[in-house]
Amino acid sequence: MEQALELKLSKTACKVRMGIIEGVYHAKSGHPGGSLSIADTLTYLYECVLNVDPQNPKKPDRDRLVLSKGHCAPALYAILAEKGFFPKEELKKLRHVGAMLQGHPDMKGTPGVDMSTGSLGQGISAACGMALSAKRFHEPYRVYAILGDGEIQEGQVWEAAMFAAHYKLDNLIAVVDSNGLQIDGRVEEVMSPEPITDKFAAFGWHVLTMDAHDFHDIERAFAEARAVTGKPVVIVQKSIKGKGVSYMEDAVSWHGAAPNGEQYETAMNELRAALADLEVR
Amino acid sequence: MADVIKKATRESYGEALCELGAEHENLVVLDADLAAATKTGMFKKQFPDRFFDCGIAEADMMGVAAGLASTGKLVFASSFAMFAAGRAFEVIRNSIGYPHLNVKIGATHAGISVGEDGATHQCCEDIALMRVIPGMTVLNPADHVEAKAAVRAAAEFDGPVYLRLGRLPVPVFHSEDYKFELGKGEVLTQGNDVTIAATGLMVNEALIAAELLKSRGISARVLNIHTIKPLDVELLTAAARETGCVVTAEEHNVIGGLGGAVCEALAGVCPVPVVRVGVEDTFGMSGPALELLKKFGLCAENIVEKAELALSLKK
Repeated sequence: MEQALELKLSKTACKVRMGIIEGVYHAKSGHPGGSLSIADTLTYLYECVLNVDPQNPKKPDRDRLVLSKGHCAPALYAILAEKGFFPKEELKKLRHVGAMLQGHPDMKGTPGVDMSTGSLGQGISAACGMALSAKRFHEPYRVYAILGDGEIQEGQVWEAAMFAAHYKLDNLIAVVDSNGLQIDGRVEEVMSPEPITDKFAAFGWHVLTMDAHDFHDIERAFAEARAVTGKPVVIVQKSIKGKGVSYMEDAVSWHGAAPNGEQYETAMNELRAALADLEVR
Repeated sequence: MADVIKKATRESYGEALCELGAEHENLVVLDADLAAATKTGMFKKQFPDRFFDCGIAEADMMGVAAGLASTGKLVFASSFAMFAAGRAFEVIRNSIGYPHLNVKIGATHAGISVGEDGATHQCCEDIALMRVIPGMTVLNPADHVEAKAAVRAAAEFDGPVYLRLGRLPVPVFHSEDYKFELGKGEVLTQGNDVTIAATGLMVNEALIAAELLKSRGISARVLNIHTIKPLDVELLTAAARETGCVVTAEEHNVIGGLGGAVCEALAGVCPVPVVRVGVEDTFGMSGPALELLKKFGLCAENIVEKAELALSLKK
């Protein structure tokens, strides 16, 4: 990856993180931790991979992205706003009565949202349906699905995993965001899904791993994923929940809580400083 | 009555899918390892490239259906009513209902007439479960002709539809030129003493009951309510006003089904006595379908009895 691109992606990811904090702060609720852990991945996908058009969000041949871990909607909204699917001002109305941005993604109301999600384990099935549609009707797009490592405790995920391999959905790339935390605590303590990579491999998937906060590694993993034929691909990404905001990093308490005024200022100052640091590089 | 043709509405479903499959290139059918029983196997044979078995995984099947529909496919997802409406309820609610996707749920083996398989497979709760989902259309056809028309109407309608179908062959009483209109009840007999609002296989029983009542000097207005949602409130209100009392008849729990829907609709606009014929909030059991229908009071004789009760409650 060229340095200029890496710098650009880093800046965008920083703005996405600011959008997440902005949204959750103004909503006085929401899920910042898991949103921050997927900020870099979403940034890379929307900047470098997805064939989508903010001016024509429903174009039939677009790539689809299903945020199966729907509670991390603030991250999706932040990158969509960054790309121009809707004005950034909408982020400040997140979760407000009558607002476009619902607590969990609503495909009917929000441009750029390809599937309504929020009830865990369901988005991956819908992603399978989209991928099957493209494959059997010879349509050119790919489908990306983002899951949480807690989410894969849902049995439906494994029904879908079986389905995707059975129908050889090599146009489906799933990402499991392995940040190691869920509401009740450490994933390994609540209900361990490990070994995640072995489980997907046993279900017939091509399995990759990546560092979720290293754009070089993200680029490598998605390039490898797109080259695979005959099998669906899962990328298990090692991430840090709350990444980018010091006091939120790897802290279970920030799974589903909004910062107060002081915490908001701290977070925004950290992100502004990080962005300023990137600007002078 | 010896020459009455009988056919199960699941058969009608299979036939209609084959006809529609030839007309709509974007029509796909999903099943969860029950293609032989739900009759989607007929479609599979004719259109193998557009049939997808999801295995015994109904929740995933409904999610896959949602994904296919989101890309413009006309999707029919099939299983037994118990596993479609029951097991996959929350997926239907959140992945199909909330985004109002164009998925048709073909739910066969509804009600007590499943027969020998017994209580675990006899779904008498599905109408209740499906009609509380905002925007869901719920259809419960009464015979072969109506079932085929209902499947076609569902295909032509843009939005989620729940189609309730049966395993038991039931008498065909509609003629081939019958015009099915989604959301509009059918007046089968005119009458002024009592309204019998029936749905599914109970419509034929209601017609027999009306004959029996006639011989006792009671004139019954029989309504076929094939669309439970949206309910034909106008037709029901007029009938309630003009006859002064109502009997509902359905192969479903008396709680939450047609009877419940009729009570909800009439309570605010034309509160008349409503007596409900249905499964009396109990589980089913194994046995031959026709014997079970009698045992659970899903028969013309019970409708007659309840019609007389309704008449006695009239002011």
